[in-house]
Amino acid sequence: MTVTPDTSAAAPTPRSLLDFQGWSRAQLESLFETSKMMQEVLARPVKKVPALTGFTVATVFFEASTRTRLSFELAARRMSADVLSFSAATSSISKGETYKDTLLTLDAMGVDAYVIRVDAAGVCHQAERWLGKPIINAGDGWRAHPTQALLDAFTLLEALGSLEGKKIAIVGDILHSRVARSNAELLPRLGAEVVACGPATLLPGTLPGVQLSTDLKTGLTDADAVMVLRLQNERMDKGLLPSLPEYIAGYQVTQERLDWAKPGAPLLHPGPMNRDVELEGPLADSSRSLVERQVANGQAIRMAVLYHLLVGKKPRGES
Amino acid sequence: MEANPKFKSQLLSADEVRRALTRIAHEVVERNKGTQGLCFVGIHTRGITLARRLVEIIRSFEGVTPPMGILDITLYRDDLSEIGLQPKVRETRIPFDLHGKAVVLVDDVLFTGRTARAALDALIDQGRPSRIYLAVLVDRGHRELPIRADFVGKNLPTSKTEVVKVHTLEDDGEDSVELWEH
Repeated sequence: MTVTPDTSAAAPTPRSLLDFQGWSRAQLESLFETSKMMQEVLARPVKKVPALTGFTVATVFFEASTRTRLSFELAARRMSADVLSFSAATSSISKGETYKDTLLTLDAMGVDAYVIRVDAAGVCHQAERWLGKPIINAGDGWRAHPTQALLDAFTLLEALGSLEGKKIAIVGDILHSRVARSNAELLPRLGAEVVACGPATLLPGTLPGVQLSTDLKTGLTDADAVMVLRLQNERMDKGLLPSLPEYIAGYQVTQERLDWAKPGAPLLHPGPMNRDVELEGPLADSSRSLVERQVANGQAIRMAVLYHLLVGKKPRGES
Repeated sequence: MEANPKFKSQLLSADEVRRALTRIAHEVVERNKGTQGLCFVGIHTRGITLARRLVEIIRSFEGVTPPMGILDITLYRDDLSEIGLQPKVRETRIPFDLHGKAVVLVDDVLFTGRTARAALDALIDQGRPSRIYLAVLVDRGHRELPIRADFVGKNLPTSKTEVVKVHTLEDDGEDSVELWEH
């Protein structure tokens, strides 16, 4: 068979997806191209291809998350990889084992790539050094959640065609959001202008490449798309917000406020959603909402990430 | 990396390619006893062009246009963990139900048989055709798997170090088949 090398991304793909450092725009666009091909696989009666036969992917969730873990595991299975599933609630972490010992124990079982979710920023970087294998960051603390940003960007690309010069508003608790940080890193790289909007207590001091605003009208005016983040109740407990009604009065995205954005501007939400808190309930079910597209695209994106990180390597080859 | 290949000779001219495709089109319709249930699936890249040509030739003498799909076999290759390179995944689009159809799988060159093996797996994942034929413009020998073509434009004995290049008007600006040496 003749090999058609992927010349669209000249530099080799980085070993891991920890954040977007080391990922060029060409490599990201190549990943989106592969994701489109994976959508075709997902539209088939038999949603499975043999590309990763013989590979073992471990999902290691030190922090609870069902949906992201299921999405990764299904993506790996649809590529025919074997899946090893580890979650902290049922594990020895609760008995005092360190992250490193846990990962090295799993590694002894013959794992080719790790999907890691953890509440502490930087553990994924450490894991790459400990294990010397591809790591996919499925969320580390407030720092990064790159596959979520990829699926958001992919969904926006489907809706808007291109992100060049497009204004994307991110609304809500920016300070504690790894989704906001990863989107702030990714979307400008694809040509978008990003405005992050929320109450002063929930905004970081700065976010490189992103405009910050405490005024929702400023954030939403002429936006091409609006991404709404989940407001976590514990923010109130910590005194960062005076009350829920006050947040809703200032920052809930409603039908009326959405009219500040461009006509038909789509709505995104990474889930899980607090209906009638960050987003007016009926809007979540309206034709403006791309939430279901985001979930479906998450599968295709994760299959593509596994393809780009693993294909061309030998199963259990490097350690 | 291998050295740059050197041109050796032309194996088929534009007229010979045209005649071979016309003959294959007639053989397909004859073998299938008409165009009932007949469809074509071309394998990237030249196989797609050749499948389009076959469909057009059949339309010209039967007045019927058999449906056609395109197939990328990348995700079904048996060497994905060996090549060290990452092939680009290209489009697969089969816009009709394969169930019960007589599918003609089209590729430019039949060599080791590994592409055809991958294509068979990829097709069968998409449905259950009543039968699958394999049509190729050139069969150059050196099979590594028990696979044969049903329709062959030209059998060309080659050595393993030689390269057979199929050019088409649509992809390369001219129709020809050439032999190159590594």
